[in-house]
Amino acid sequence: MSSILLIEQALNGLQFGLMLFLLASGLTLVFGIMDMINLAHGALYMVGAFLAAWLYPLIDSFALSVALAMVLTAGIGMIMEVTLLRPLYARDHLSQVLATFALILILNESVKMVWGTDLPLSAPAALSGPIEILPGLLYPSYRLMLIGMGSVLALALYLLVNHTKLGAWVRAGASDRQMAMSMGINIKRLFTAVFGLGAAMCAFSGAMLAPLLAVQVGMGENILILAFVVIVIGGIGSIWGAFVGSILVGVVDTLGRGLLPHVLGLFLPPLWASAAGPSLASILVYVLMAGVLFYKPQGLFSSNN
Amino acid sequence: MNIRKMTAQLILSALCLGLTSWAIAADKIKVGFVSTLSGPSSALGTDIRDAFMLAVKLNGGKLGGLPAEVLIGDDQFKPDVAKELFEKMVQKDHVDFMTGVVFSNIMLAALPATEDTGIFYLSPNAAPSPLAGKQCSANFFAVSWPNDAYHEAAGQYATNKGVKSAYLMAPNYQAGQDSLAGFKRFYKGKILGEVYTKLGQLDYSAELAEIRAAKPEVLYVFLPGGPGVNFIKQFVAAGLAKDTKLLVPGFGADQDIIRGVGADMMGIFDTSHWGLDLPNAANKKFVAEFEKEYKRLPTLYAAQGYDTALLIDAAVRASSGNLADKDQLRKNLKDAKFASVRGDFKFNTNHYPIQNYYLREVQKDGQGRLINKIVGQPIMTNHGDAYVQDCPLR
Repeated sequence: MSSILLIEQALNGLQFGLMLFLLASGLTLVFGIMDMINLAHGALYMVGAFLAAWLYPLIDSFALSVALAMVLTAGIGMIMEVTLLRPLYARDHLSQVLATFALILILNESVKMVWGTDLPLSAPAALSGPIEILPGLLYPSYRLMLIGMGSVLALALYLLVNHTKLGAWVRAGASDRQMAMSMGINIKRLFTAVFGLGAAMCAFSGAMLAPLLAVQVGMGENILILAFVVIVIGGIGSIWGAFVGSILVGVVDTLGRGLLPHVLGLFLPPLWASAAGPSLASILVYVLMAGVLFYKPQGLFSSNN
Repeated sequence: MNIRKMTAQLILSALCLGLTSWAIAADKIKVGFVSTLSGPSSALGTDIRDAFMLAVKLNGGKLGGLPAEVLIGDDQFKPDVAKELFEKMVQKDHVDFMTGVVFSNIMLAALPATEDTGIFYLSPNAAPSPLAGKQCSANFFAVSWPNDAYHEAAGQYATNKGVKSAYLMAPNYQAGQDSLAGFKRFYKGKILGEVYTKLGQLDYSAELAEIRAAKPEVLYVFLPGGPGVNFIKQFVAAGLAKDTKLLVPGFGADQDIIRGVGADMMGIFDTSHWGLDLPNAANKKFVAEFEKEYKRLPTLYAAQGYDTALLIDAAVRASSGNLADKDQLRKNLKDAKFASVRGDFKFNTNHYPIQNYYLREVQKDGQGRLINKIVGQPIMTNHGDAYVQDCPLR
């Protein structure tokens, strides 16, 4: 096990974790403030990716098409919130799950009607090669850019939530909605704004991950499961928790896939190690979640105790 | 409607059904075609269908001298949907042949519908090893290549080249494990690592880091469809292409993958029983006509679909259009003489092909397009499969 391999895997984990964070931060605020389970969060991630893939050939600028996709997805998210989700806040979680699951199906089929089942989206040519970040360690420049952009956005979100008035309202709403309302905060309008912000983050992570993964119908469902794992680990409603949870899940998943077969190989016959390694690695994040819940049933940093 | 009238109609229809099997030469031929024609994996089934229909069209709408009716169904990549379509076509539409399925798991789920019906299934792609050995069937023909064959050819190529170290990667399911077993059967060098990924995984950053640390001479990867496109892109973006040669089975670098990946495909090696530039007359005609009709280059899946139609044509012609004598038809399928686009091949006793396998390299053609070009002599000639001795058919 060389240090170069460890550094590379750590970077991979960080990159994956940061992208998860952008998705999970919106989800955790929605859940925390409005006590609303929004399964359609992953569908917005898909819509963002499709919008970017559709715009890129039209306007020939990757950055601009991602930015436009964020704005458009935020718009779609806010319209969705005002028209469809608002009546659901008073209902129980089962109704919310059913309604937002229906939304997933509707959005999937709509996207299929407009763009087909998939669209191609490649990273700009300037970012398609590797960069030598240490002697002997080449790292894809695109992934490096994702780490950079992801860190900047995470920092911006941290400052927004912890050092602005808007952020104070959001935190107040998340820890005690009734009290926040009686103190004169317009929770409805605040929530529409938070929902739009969450949708924009979704679009960003969808569009940025698309050149590495794929722009296809149903892409949001797989990552949504991981996003839920993240907010359960981090504690519902806590941005800081979502951040720690995301990085944990990203690093554990990546390192698990790489290291577990080696570790198992130390005390198991090679055939068993190579058979059990990948299976164990794919459940590792759920083991992590179960472990956290065992010691901290509310998650690591729950905002409302 | 009273009972007497109904009875009379029933007897009449029973008579009609009976009559068809007495007839010496049928007046038309019905083929049921079920394939994956929608969703992310639809490119393969679409190519098989298009090439099959092209062969029928070039034949004047006939197969074996009989007017051909092809019933087309979309299995949506779902085994249960395929099974229903098979049952409908076999029981309600009374087809003479079934064909079309791309994926082994879907075909294995649907195939029981044809059992004990005397209907032949001609596989234009899936050719799983169980059906080559103990579970081989008299009415099943693999027109393509045994599931292991491309991987065996790749292993043989690596051995021929004196490759000292290889790293293997495949998704963690039956076909993935079979593929690496096939490679290892013919590869004599050192294997530095063998990694199984989650089926449908799209991000390979962790695996690529391991490969970088292992420094293999050759990386052999079995990743069909979309994940294959992703992997090749990420492999190149990680800068691994300059130290490690990428080797894939033929479908891992075919035209559909080239369309998805683009220029990064240059110089990738793969193994196949067919190539765009195989210099036989049947293939030249096929490639030219396919491109004229569909404005794209055919994949190996298209070549297999085209060959399947030609096989039906030749066998039915040899039976003089008599579709009722199943034993004669079976014999004529097995010994069918037709100009295959892959060149000469013949069926083994288990109805799996014995044929040549080639090395192909992705290069630019005269018009600057990326295509697979056959390199040198066949890696394996008249190669069968490792399971035929377990098949009771003789």
